[in-house]
Amino acid sequence: MICVEAVSLRLGEAIVLDHVSLTVQKGGITALIGPNGAGKSTLLSLVARLVPLQQGSISIDGLPVSTTSSRQLAKIVAILGQEPTIASRLTVRELVSFGRFPHSRGHLTASDHDAIAESLRLFELQELSERFLETLSGGQRQRALVAMTFCQETDYLLLDEPLNNLDMYHARELMRSLRRIADDKGRTIVIVVHDINHAGTYADRLIGMKQGRIIADGAPHEIITTKALRQIFGYDIPVQMIDEKPVALHFRS
Amino acid sequence: MRDRPLMLLTVIAIGCVIAYMTIGLRGDLGFVLGLRATRLFALIQVGVAIGVSTLVFQTVTGNRILTPSIMGIDALYLFGQILLVFMFGGLAYSAVDPHLKFTVEVAALMVMTIGLILPLLSLRWDMGLMLLVGVVVGVLFRSLHSLLARLIDPNEFAIVQGNSFANFNDLNADLLAMSSVLSFAALVLVWRARHVLDVLALGRDASVGLGVDWSKHVVGFLVVVAVLVAVSTALVGPVAFLGLLVVALAEKMINSRRHAWLLPATALVAIIVLVGGQTVFQHALGNSATLGVVIEFGGGLVFLVLLWKRSRV
Repeated sequence: MICVEAVSLRLGEAIVLDHVSLTVQKGGITALIGPNGAGKSTLLSLVARLVPLQQGSISIDGLPVSTTSSRQLAKIVAILGQEPTIASRLTVRELVSFGRFPHSRGHLTASDHDAIAESLRLFELQELSERFLETLSGGQRQRALVAMTFCQETDYLLLDEPLNNLDMYHARELMRSLRRIADDKGRTIVIVVHDINHAGTYADRLIGMKQGRIIADGAPHEIITTKALRQIFGYDIPVQMIDEKPVALHFRS
Repeated sequence: MRDRPLMLLTVIAIGCVIAYMTIGLRGDLGFVLGLRATRLFALIQVGVAIGVSTLVFQTVTGNRILTPSIMGIDALYLFGQILLVFMFGGLAYSAVDPHLKFTVEVAALMVMTIGLILPLLSLRWDMGLMLLVGVVVGVLFRSLHSLLARLIDPNEFAIVQGNSFANFNDLNADLLAMSSVLSFAALVLVWRARHVLDVLALGRDASVGLGVDWSKHVVGFLVVVAVLVAVSTALVGPVAFLGLLVVALAEKMINSRRHAWLLPATALVAIIVLVGGQTVFQHALGNSATLGVVIEFGGGLVFLVLLWKRSRV
């Protein structure tokens, strides 16, 4: 269980997060949605201890993130940051095997190799596995990064805009893989997504943020309504039911 | 798959060492071999220290065209030298126990490196800012150095100047025992942390996500870099581009940024360049040029090529 209690964060004058409290139960996919600058990525970074806490407290499975050793946390929570820049000259397989670092500290065992092979298969990277990252397209690189995060085999996966750079096919495949990971392996996944229809289709719970606060929280059919979306995004989005699922027509004027 | 280039480098390095030890042997064999062995040991130590410190520095800063001299570490060293002469005079400077002096110098370099890093750790970590501060501090020490150089007695300046240029012929052999303990400890630390270095190369966020305490490791590695730079600067004087040259060549040979491969390759290339180069200069060119100058020239060219290749990507 991820417990966020009364967390606030200021960067200079700007209030990025304003008394945010949130509980994410074990299992399932939770999607954070909201306009740019709502504090979604910051919230995720705080949970993943990438940004130091200023106010409030965050714990994962009872372990406070500010005091637990980074090494211990790396075995229960994995994060894919936004726009990670990898300067190193690495092959896809080498990148994915970094996911095993918290467990093996660089000395890969047979079970590590199995986990790497599984990640490569799950994200359809077998054919690319020996290619160098700089020779890949942005979307392929993104999939390799997600595979590395998955390869960490943590109970909690935090993904900041994993659909970045992905085409429609791979975006859908990625969301389906996440759904499978959540259902079959009981992993807990928190993602930041901008496409609310992906969020609505694959997530169990949507959390709407705006100006550093959580202003909506519920199942997809509760959040994907014209009224709730207007509160979050500030404009009217028509919502239609297709196969009894709400679909937001956010691209229509 | 990368065993081959490593094997090749090992063979060439051994060849250079044998050539250095055996070519043009004359006179009392025991004496000559003893002298050469001491110098060889010093050359190897300097080469490995410079190569490894540059590699670690590049990994930690995430920048492949940097060398530790950007941080002004060697500038502080030189400033310390001239300050000592200025305050106590050339005679006293020459008379100070070299071990004591060396200990104080290494300690001062480590304190400065840590002093430069610590304020940045409490704020939000920004490598660019730290490097900028390092560059400014380096310029400050260089300027202070030349200011003092103008103030002191010309005779005493000559003493300082002997220490201000890399000199591979005239090594401070009396420091060898002490410096080798330091470099050995530093190298063992780096080698044991080779996998951590691989992770650090992924950048701050990815490292933290993988459970590597970024700030702690960066500080630790920069201190190790300071020790290695102090060792090499104390033994031969400042060398700016050798590390860049050596790391770039090693990376070309290995075609990877994995430290398990790159660390030994860097050390071997450094040995080849220094020991091989010194052999060529002593015997083929009759000491008519200085190795230091040629290495700086070659390293400078590599630096330009790296910049040019980067700008096209």
